[in-house]
Amino acid sequence: MSLLQSTQFRPDPSTSTTRRALLRAWPEFQNPVAWLVALILVIMPLIANGFFLIEIFATTLILGIIALSLMFLAGYGGMVSLMQLTIAGFAGYMVAVFGMSGNANISLGWPWWLATPMALALATLFGTLGGALAVRTEGIYTIMITLAIGAAFYYFTNQNWAIFNGHTGINTVATPHFWGVDWRSDIAFYYVTLGVAAICYFAVQYVSRAPFGLALQGVRDNSRRMAALGFNPNAHRIAAYAFAAFIAALGGVLQVWNYRQISPGSVSVGACIDVLIIAVVGGITRPIGPFVGALIFVLLRTFALDVLIKLGLDGNRFRLLIGLGFLAIVFWSSDGVIGLWERWRRRNTSSTQRSGGGRHG
Amino acid sequence: MARFIERHPVWALIVIIAVAVLAWLVFAIWPPGLEAAIGRKRVFLNAVLNGITLGGLYFLVASGFTLIFGLMRNVNLAHGSLYLFGGYVGYAVSTWTGSWILSFIVAFVAVALVGVILQLAVFRRMEGQDLRQTMVTIGLSIVFADLMLWVFGGDFYQVQTPTWLIGPVQLPLLTAIKSSGEPVYLQYPLVRLVIFAASVVIGIAMWLALNRTRIGMIVRAGVDDRDILAATGVRIQLVFVLVFALGAGLAGIAGVVGGTFQSLSPGEDTRFLLASLVVVIVGGMGSIPGAALGAVIIGLAEQLGSVYIPTYAIVVTFLIMVLVLALRPQGLLARR
Repeated sequence: MSLLQSTQFRPDPSTSTTRRALLRAWPEFQNPVAWLVALILVIMPLIANGFFLIEIFATTLILGIIALSLMFLAGYGGMVSLMQLTIAGFAGYMVAVFGMSGNANISLGWPWWLATPMALALATLFGTLGGALAVRTEGIYTIMITLAIGAAFYYFTNQNWAIFNGHTGINTVATPHFWGVDWRSDIAFYYVTLGVAAICYFAVQYVSRAPFGLALQGVRDNSRRMAALGFNPNAHRIAAYAFAAFIAALGGVLQVWNYRQISPGSVSVGACIDVLIIAVVGGITRPIGPFVGALIFVLLRTFALDVLIKLGLDGNRFRLLIGLGFLAIVFWSSDGVIGLWERWRRRNTSSTQRSGGGRHG
Repeated sequence: MARFIERHPVWALIVIIAVAVLAWLVFAIWPPGLEAAIGRKRVFLNAVLNGITLGGLYFLVASGFTLIFGLMRNVNLAHGSLYLFGGYVGYAVSTWTGSWILSFIVAFVAVALVGVILQLAVFRRMEGQDLRQTMVTIGLSIVFADLMLWVFGGDFYQVQTPTWLIGPVQLPLLTAIKSSGEPVYLQYPLVRLVIFAASVVIGIAMWLALNRTRIGMIVRAGVDDRDILAATGVRIQLVFVLVFALGAGLAGIAGVVGGTFQSLSPGEDTRFLLASLVVVIVGGMGSIPGAALGAVIIGLAEQLGSVYIPTYAIVVTFLIMVLVLALRPQGLLARR
């Protein structure tokens, strides 16, 4: 096998072995577009003002992180889980309950460096238990069970006053403030979200190529054969739920810091479905898909009202637009906007190749 | 029944004891100690009856859902929207004509037509792609919800109960004995009992149609193996359309019932979608008797929960689902 690879792989004498290994592990380092996007994201605070920085880009990154956890489960594990936002919301609630907030009778007032790991751990546990429940049945049932978990959590937060403060939720949640920096100020918070999003993105990318990720994709494609090979499909699935739950929990913590409040509205069934829409519209075959989907979603949500009114239509029909767009994507492209773009690019490269130039990116 | 007792003697014992305790709680006059511990018997009986009648409503919604799922493997997440649409149609008809019965017929026909259109225009094109169909139903539920919000606004509507059904009726259930030795009987709204009776009749009719008629035989064969059924020459697409129409129409009827019992507003679609999901997960996917059992269990759990542990009521429902998934993942009455 190694002999075969060495004959197929003709090394460029100028690149060292470590660099080759790096490039093979992270092919996006070769892509100039990826570098450009990264550069733009890093210098974004110089370009955009506070509104765009937080309301558009930070919100996009947060929703993208939550949708990324769904993309990981659906794309590599074949499990469409509708409870990822519920896990994120649970993490947000835990930050509010353990940390400091305006509702002193509920919040325990722990410092942020204690409350946040606690929230992450509890939310990961919650997601793992939910996953362990969901893998009891297979395929299409997953969607039903996770939707039932999400809806039950929503109604529970509405009913329960002792921990979740009923339908008013928990307000003025304290945000971290250390080293003389207010980490909720626009620019600092943008870099925090960007950093977390980048870590999550590369973590998912890495896991998808690690032995665990490959085994998970094997379980997705043929779980019986994987079981015959000695893998434990359910253990892999539950581990995938745990990993995805941790990512979703990170997104949830950022979200509660962003809005500084959390209420049942943040974990409603509609919001759970929005995360699915974001992931599907962006594309669930690549980790970049959810972020693209989130950008489209946030732009639509923010500007659809003005655009619709300018066109002389009823501005309140934003959800109708989202629903129809989602239906169109499901009908015509199985891997979302990323898939459409890829198809368009492939057609372009093949036409340029015919005219005698171009290389594969 | 006898086979179940033979195979699971412990479970059978637990079920029998639970039923006996419930029967004693319903029929006996409570000793003062019990009343002091968990409150008045009247409250308990009301919660039980509310639970059972709510179970009837849940059965109407969930039976359509489970029927469509069983035959077409289509998880119709727009089922709640069909319920709400039926309710709005029923409301419009009953305020316009003043006839309660007519509103049921129109709601059934209208929602069944929507179901036929959906099956012919959408689901037929993507047969066998479970996940894609489910995604489409999610998209449809968003579109329907927004369209209904557009037309009917965010107000609460209630379907007018006809005059001959208004008012309580005395049930032969003792709640207490007065100090003068005079028995006190339970008063209960007539309309809820009538609707419950109607849902029982519909359930039995469906069971008979599925188990005693030719078309029912075809549907049951389709649930087991639709490819072989199609190969034997049955026009399976026609069966699919009929079943989808029936399932959707039942959701429409349930909408009118729900509009009479409770009220109609945006958000009710999600509530009843959740109820149908939990009911069919508990009862067993694709099984009509399972939907009936699951509906009664969930209805009782919800009502008793909201009386005795108000802030944790939903947790009881959820725990039942978890317990069923842990012990019998395919649902209580599913064959497999």
